Amino acid sequence: MATEESYPEDLRYHPEHDWARIEGDQATFGITWYAQDSLGDVVFFDPPEVGATIAKDEPYTEVESVKAVSDVIAPLSGEILEVNDEAGTNPELINTDPYGQGWMVKVKLTDTSEVEALLDADGYRELIAE
Amino acid sequence: MSDAVVDPPATAEVPTPMQRDRATTIYERSVPGRRAAAIPASGVPGGDVPIDELIPSRLLRDEPARLPEVSEPEIVRHYNRLSRRNFDLDSGIYPLGSCTMKHNPRINERVAALPGHARLHPAQDPARAQGALELMWSLERSLSEICGLPHVSLQPSAGSHGELAGLLLTRAFHEANGDAGTRTRVLTPDTAHGTNPASVTMAGYEVVKVATNEDGGVDLDDLRAKTDERVACLMLTNPNTLGLFDRNIAEITGIVREAGGTLYYDGANLNAIMGHSRPGDMGFDIVHVNLHKSFSQPHGGGGPGAGPIAVSERIEPYLPVPRIERVEAGSANGSNGDAPHVRFELRGAEDHPASIGRLRGFQGNFGVFVRSYAYILSLGGDGLAEASETAVLNANYLLARMSEGRAGRYLPIAFDRRPMHEFVLSGSEAKKQLDIKTLDIAKRLLDHNMHPPTVYFPLLVDEALMIEPTETETRESLDGFADAVEAILAEAEQDPEIARQAPYTTPVRRLDEAGAARNPVVRQDLG
Repeated sequence: MATEESYPEDLRYHPEHDWARIEGDQATFGITWYAQDSLGDVVFFDPPEVGATIAKDEPYTEVESVKAVSDVIAPLSGEILEVNDEAGTNPELINTDPYGQGWMVKVKLTDTSEVEALLDADGYRELIAE
Repeated sequence: MSDAVVDPPATAEVPTPMQRDRATTIYERSVPGRRAAAIPASGVPGGDVPIDELIPSRLLRDEPARLPEVSEPEIVRHYNRLSRRNFDLDSGIYPLGSCTMKHNPRINERVAALPGHARLHPAQDPARAQGALELMWSLERSLSEICGLPHVSLQPSAGSHGELAGLLLTRAFHEANGDAGTRTRVLTPDTAHGTNPASVTMAGYEVVKVATNEDGGVDLDDLRAKTDERVACLMLTNPNTLGLFDRNIAEITGIVREAGGTLYYDGANLNAIMGHSRPGDMGFDIVHVNLHKSFSQPHGGGGPGAGPIAVSERIEPYLPVPRIERVEAGSANGSNGDAPHVRFELRGAEDHPASIGRLRGFQGNFGVFVRSYAYILSLGGDGLAEASETAVLNANYLLARMSEGRAGRYLPIAFDRRPMHEFVLSGSEAKKQLDIKTLDIAKRLLDHNMHPPTVYFPLLVDEALMIEPTETETRESLDGFADAVEAILAEAEQDPEIARQAPYTTPVRRLDEAGAARNPVVRQDLG
């Protein structure tokens, strides 16, 4: 169903299996290859509200797979600028293209220094190898 | 000796007759004008008056209801055909973790079918249903003794309904204490049954998850950190969903009690401890009992069910109404030595003003009460204790078998402690080394004519298999299950694709679960 296991070098990672693509004071969030593989086939994703404030380490939305409903944790704090309605309609995009068409939200960051606390690709690979 | 094992096919090029037979609904069998019964003429005096002149026109349908038109043999064949496509406990081992799929003794059915039980009308005058009320009262007393809590209500109709009742009782308790407004949180461990957080949310509380320690029990530090004056209740099952009895149970309930919260015991795993330990003695206030799990009522496609609750003295004033009360009359002046006259009454809100009210219509699913009471009486206290012992022994025997060989290598136990009535294995090594998932093993078990265990729960175990054999299974049956898993793993070493494409022998092959969830078709177009 999904692509090959990968953790792109240009992303930063949260230990709760989320990624962030940082562009200045904005970022795009999604869940990692490992997360979608553990969940199995994603059957439901309800994009959150544009304009909502989200806090680092706190859940900002949910994904439902054939196995379970899981919280999605915000890797950074900010305000939601845009949501991926396409992934709401076709949740399988989260499985087939977790770093591309399966993105979840675009966020205006409140504190770019929070990025320091995130893992790089190597650090995240080590975490999931444990 | 177990039955001769016939190797299930490794591939299925040719569909079986059942697979070729497309499933149809009763509506597709309908032919206009066909009937299963002839309706007799109206018996209303006056004889030949058409029925639609006897019933007020405002109560009559404009168009006939769209009912299937079939003959009686067609109805019988339709449902018999469906039943043969089903897998049930009467067909083979059904080790579905946390569901306690135990045998349903046939004597229960015989007793429940007695006309006095089966034909009792729910609106019967209580004075003319004294036997039924006595049975319900006696069942309440039995459950009280088993749970170690003084008061019982039979009203909740399922375990989840019992949970909701427990949370409503919790709110009533805090309201009486004047701090319901600030107690907004309910603690549940991350191993909890999914219904716990769902019930918490439904009752308007906020779920706060408590972590699990290395021992598979509640993490006491995390519990202490999260327990304060905002906590309304702790919901816990013990043994938990890992099948492990929490060694710190008295300390856990003590922490929450001291902070002013109530203690709720999810009785789903009661089959591990009947007659050995009691939730009330562990410090719990409210317990729900799944009569369809521990007390042998059949698990029947969503109902009818019963999830009675037992509660402590401090929760008692808020119990649902009506409540059944045993009243002794004429005992004070028993000068002539007659036995006192006993009657049973239904008492409502006028006698119990603090009650949370009624939770359902009438008195619950009475047939369920009859079956479970018959089970309790036929086993007795010693028998129930032995049932729990055997359930725990069976789980531990099966775990010992599955700790050997390939199962031991590819499906290690998640928390290496002696379990109670069920245990949880992790399929992570099978996934890594054999490239098959827990779901593939579960599907391949169907070809061995065995129901798979619960899979992918509890969530904190990767690729979980949760196995609860119950006291029902014989040693041969447990060996057969362990042998089947061993055979599946051996086969996967040679060719993992066999498991990935399973099952081959069931009425339908592997289902597209994701497709069904993404694009559900819930209506049938009848043209």
